[in-house]
Amino acid sequence: MENIGFLLHGFDVALSWHNVAYMFIGVLLGIFVGVLPGLGGPNGVAILLPLTFGMDPTSAIILLSSIYWGALFGGAITSVLFNIPGEPWSVATTFDGYPMAQQGKAGEALTAAFTASFFGAICGVILITFLAPLVAKFALRFGPAEFFAVYFLTFCSFVGMGKEERAKIVASLAIGFLLAGMGLDTISGAIRMTFGAQELMSGIDFLVVVIGLFGISEILLTIEEGLEFKGKHARIDLMVVFRTWAQVPRYFMTLARSAFAGIWLGVTPGGAVAASFMGYGLAKRFSKNGKNFGSGEIEGVVAPETAAHAAGTSALLPMLSLGVPGSPTAAVLLGGLLIWGLQPGPLLFVEQKDFVWGLIASMYLGNLVGLLIVLTCVPLFAAILRIPFSIIAPIILVICAIGAYTVHNSSFDVVLMMVFGVVGYAMKKTGYPLAPMVLAIVLGDKAEEAFRQSLLASGGKLGIFFSNGLVGTIMVLGLIALFWGVIAKGWSRLRRVPHAA
Amino acid sequence: MSVEHPEQERGLSRRATECVVALVLIGLACAALWDNYSRGAGWQGGPQSGFFPARIAWLLLAASVVIFINGWRRAEETLVTWTQLAQVMKVFLPLIVYVFAIGYVGIYVASGLLIASFMIAFGSFRWWNPILAAVIIPVATFWIFEMQFQVPLPKGPLEAWLGY
Repeated sequence: MENIGFLLHGFDVALSWHNVAYMFIGVLLGIFVGVLPGLGGPNGVAILLPLTFGMDPTSAIILLSSIYWGALFGGAITSVLFNIPGEPWSVATTFDGYPMAQQGKAGEALTAAFTASFFGAICGVILITFLAPLVAKFALRFGPAEFFAVYFLTFCSFVGMGKEERAKIVASLAIGFLLAGMGLDTISGAIRMTFGAQELMSGIDFLVVVIGLFGISEILLTIEEGLEFKGKHARIDLMVVFRTWAQVPRYFMTLARSAFAGIWLGVTPGGAVAASFMGYGLAKRFSKNGKNFGSGEIEGVVAPETAAHAAGTSALLPMLSLGVPGSPTAAVLLGGLLIWGLQPGPLLFVEQKDFVWGLIASMYLGNLVGLLIVLTCVPLFAAILRIPFSIIAPIILVICAIGAYTVHNSSFDVVLMMVFGVVGYAMKKTGYPLAPMVLAIVLGDKAEEAFRQSLLASGGKLGIFFSNGLVGTIMVLGLIALFWGVIAKGWSRLRRVPHAA
Repeated sequence: MSVEHPEQERGLSRRATECVVALVLIGLACAALWDNYSRGAGWQGGPQSGFFPARIAWLLLAASVVIFINGWRRAEETLVTWTQLAQVMKVFLPLIVYVFAIGYVGIYVASGLLIASFMIAFGSFRWWNPILAAVIIPVATFWIFEMQFQVPLPKGPLEAWLGY
């Protein structure tokens, strides 16, 4: 059980007074960005990332990952009180959360949501604690071909398991890869796809893209709805908390099911959004209160929140152990690692023990801090949404502009941010998923490098991707994920045939 | 293109938008193909610099052709009504002005103006509220970024006149 020893050492790192302070700041900021429309996990982290360039990497990742936890918690507040999902993964929470608030049980709904989130997160972190080092150790044997296979699996899962039109997911991925390839090619020294524009020589920074795609476009979408917040009030006192906690163990099966679904979808890049819906769907189908779902059933709040938070947390597992992020926010964090000069991937567990275990320990503490803050400060955060949108919207635009500028101290990046804001708006309106594009931008260079190195080794033969059991298995898994829709359909048809006969 | 049903609000057609977006993507794919093949996307002792992007561009081309065909077959529906689009423009046009103003007057003055004009245009405040917000928020930003984090943001003539 050497992991426990490392973990204790990690707590040692994470519990220094300034890291705990960063945790508090991060969680608070995270809840703010989770509550505000137009700011969210990925672009909240992206905006703050430039400010951490000079920080010690461990403190920086603790600060930024705490923003992530805060955003995961914050999404539930607006869902329950305002029927507005602050984050996409809290859409399913509105189904039963808002009816509960209408019945005057907002406090219970929020307590249940936060507790469930916490449970989901802790399940994810425990998984990371024990599984991530094993995966990393296993992955130390990987060569370029194996790494390309892992990237291939990631991208195929997106295509195969996404809810959107397949062709649109593929297009979104391809655009991401092309954007990643723009500018100087580090291997050959050639300048690619800049079409003569000086500004594009060094490529397009993914942080700028993320801020535009997720921030600006979200503001444009929000304003389209002609937004006016009409919310319920909530106060959480200790009595409500204890009363709700007394009920929660009754839903143990729901918690377990949702946590499992969340972890599964978090590790494979299905993401927190899919997980929250799956958690809700599973609970509705298997719970004996299932038929009451939608009319303010506490179980209907618990199920999606557990799953979303479990998925959000376990999305960091492949990021830490393989260098393949499972969610857009994890992708931004991965970009952060590169900026701080750390090489993401299995070697991280060997070379950067303080960093990895400090981060893992901070996941336990950060979620605990998050739970305490949200339980005590709900009225404060609900008050944010009562600030008129005419003040909030321009402030968010200003924050996004500052965030985009500080990445490279370049005004051109602010223009790019605006362009990607429009692109993001158009993509969201026409049903193109954003997450695959972000992942492709972040991973594009590494995927291409792995691809080229593998082909160099094999002299251009694609056979190298099936040359041994390991790489072949991952590639086949990728192909299965890619054609998952077709396979599932065929399977259910096969099973139906004997019944008909 | 407009929607057939008179009882529905008029707006941008989804079918037309889908097709236009697909055409834009086809254009992008062709541009990428042209760029990569003109640099070399083949094999010369190893994959050339255009090798990988060119293959991705073919993928994009295939996907966008499929999207175009799917979009073409779509039934008519409204993607976004003109009123909604006008609403979006009310935010987007000031944003364009803001982004380009940053280069001339610096980010602080531009931000103050953006915030004030938003509050006047969309909110119902007493006259001194927007002015107050337009001063306090940039000053607070200045304090946080220039003084605390020592991250320089773009500055204009006003800051120069004040000695920064």
